[in-house]
Amino acid sequence: MKRFVGFVRKEFIHIFRDRRTLLILFGMPVAQILIFGYVVTNEIKEARIAIYDQSKDAVTREITDKILSSGYFRLAKRIEDESQIEETFQKGEIKEIIVFEPHFDEKLSQEKSAQVQILLDATDANMANLLQSYTAGIISDYSKNIRFDNGQMPVIQTRPRMLFNNELKGVYMFVPGTMALILMLVTAMMTSISITREKEMGTMEVLLVSPLKSIQIIAGKVMPYVSLAFLNGVVILALGYFVFDMPVHGNIILLLSETLLYIVMALSLGIFISTVSPTQQVAMFVSMFALLLPTMLLSGFIFPIENMPWPLQWLSTIIPARYFIVLIKNIMIKGTGLLFIWKETLILLLMTVIFIGLSIRNFKIRLE
Amino acid sequence: MNRQSQYMITVKDMVKKFGQFTANDHLTFNVKRGEIFGFLGANGAGKTTAMRILCGLSSPTSGEIYVAGYNVYRETEKIKRSIGYMSQKFSLYEDLTVKENFRFYGGIYGLKRRKIRERTGYLLDKLNFSHAMNQKISDIPLGWKQKLAFSIAIMHEPRIVFLDEPTSGVDPITRRQFWEMIYETASQEVTVFVTTHYMDEAEYCSRVSIMDRGKIKALDTPANLKQTYRVANMNEVFVQIAR
Repeated sequence: MKRFVGFVRKEFIHIFRDRRTLLILFGMPVAQILIFGYVVTNEIKEARIAIYDQSKDAVTREITDKILSSGYFRLAKRIEDESQIEETFQKGEIKEIIVFEPHFDEKLSQEKSAQVQILLDATDANMANLLQSYTAGIISDYSKNIRFDNGQMPVIQTRPRMLFNNELKGVYMFVPGTMALILMLVTAMMTSISITREKEMGTMEVLLVSPLKSIQIIAGKVMPYVSLAFLNGVVILALGYFVFDMPVHGNIILLLSETLLYIVMALSLGIFISTVSPTQQVAMFVSMFALLLPTMLLSGFIFPIENMPWPLQWLSTIIPARYFIVLIKNIMIKGTGLLFIWKETLILLLMTVIFIGLSIRNFKIRLE
Repeated sequence: MNRQSQYMITVKDMVKKFGQFTANDHLTFNVKRGEIFGFLGANGAGKTTAMRILCGLSSPTSGEIYVAGYNVYRETEKIKRSIGYMSQKFSLYEDLTVKENFRFYGGIYGLKRRKIRERTGYLLDKLNFSHAMNQKISDIPLGWKQKLAFSIAIMHEPRIVFLDEPTSGVDPITRRQFWEMIYETASQEVTVFVTTHYMDEAEYCSRVSIMDRGKIKALDTPANLKQTYRVANMNEVFVQIAR
């Protein structure tokens, strides 16, 4: 028994001295429960909407107030002209526009019926459905509470229109998300593992002693992964297009260029991971922990970023896939040009530069 | 310095500091052409640091250092082209065949395809290993891997070859065969710079330097060292110095 206790004690020492095991043991469940708990929710919180009020009378103002005071919505823009609708959706920040028809109050009192149109950006079908039902709910609530003197009840009709994806296909969300996830994993994980493998095997040293320049070594190492990942991306796009009827409304060259940019970004991230990981195992662990889960949960792939609490929203701004998903969705589904997505493109470019800079710095310290 | 000079490596007052720690403290030594120079020292004495500087993997803090006639500060590219290097991990690609490893390493030294074929044939012939040309490295025993790694290190006909503990972990017979390869290489005017932990191997060297805590404590032929310290073998010399 004493021998057995000694053995158990030794095992505990192993666990407590190994930070990584401890992290998995205690950090993982806490992080996952918190993230899932907060992320997996079907509630709307302060969704940004626009209102196009062609009537501007007492009733429309009341309805607007009611919608905005519900806590679910926040007025991000007032639209004054029909032509602004398209532009607003192209920018992508606003997912819903509420349109009141002209002479709303008049119609309501004379014809006992008026119309509210709810325009929705349905690239994310679930989110569009959710917004629509919340809005319609508030409006019908309002209409139930008004009664004319003669006891008659007016009808406010809500007419939802799903833009960009009128069949509400989930694949519109699924294809860009999968693509972001797979390209990130294939590229960053494979690059970091293959570079650390050379370090571990000792072959990296021999390469460094050879007349090859370090830039040649790194470029030579990552080149195959760039081409393979690009091929992978094209396959996913082709599958989406031919099998799932995913449209490509935008410029195909722009689409492929952004894909390539994302791959290069993932690659530079992979190189960076390899400079901080001494072994393949660590590289693998870092890639999984730092890339797979956040990309899945915080990129907006599965759960809408708008509905997350602010710390997670803030965290999601450093998830590269978030920007790539926006880019791909906008180009494919909305046919957006570079004019409306230059910000996301710039962020990906910036991330690439940062990771390459950090890698070079780490590499130099190691050679020192 | 004249490239035809009798010294292949000249080191004068080489210092390497990592923050407060001095890994190499004013090392001064020369290595002659065609010599087998043994670089000895306990673990952490500063051998690897010095060797990395000579190979152009790391830059010295100060000192005047020439390798194959080239300045280590300004001409690392030329140095890299003139040297061969074999690390203690043997550094062959396990998932590549013998032939593919030769082709890869020949390629990164810029050898023409015909030259690669020629050298591969010649070196494998000498090893009596041509039959295993298409075997993967992972299927080959350790002793053979080590001999192959050495052949690859001298494939591009370097003027100096650096061997970092090349015999760690191999059996005595293979070690013996390996030293025969070193001798043969040195007989062709190739300078061999070797670090080792085995004192019997130190006896095979033309000259030996022994480092301790960043300094060179002794440098001479094995015979002279034994005489100076009045002991029977190199092991005793080493113990006296590195105690």
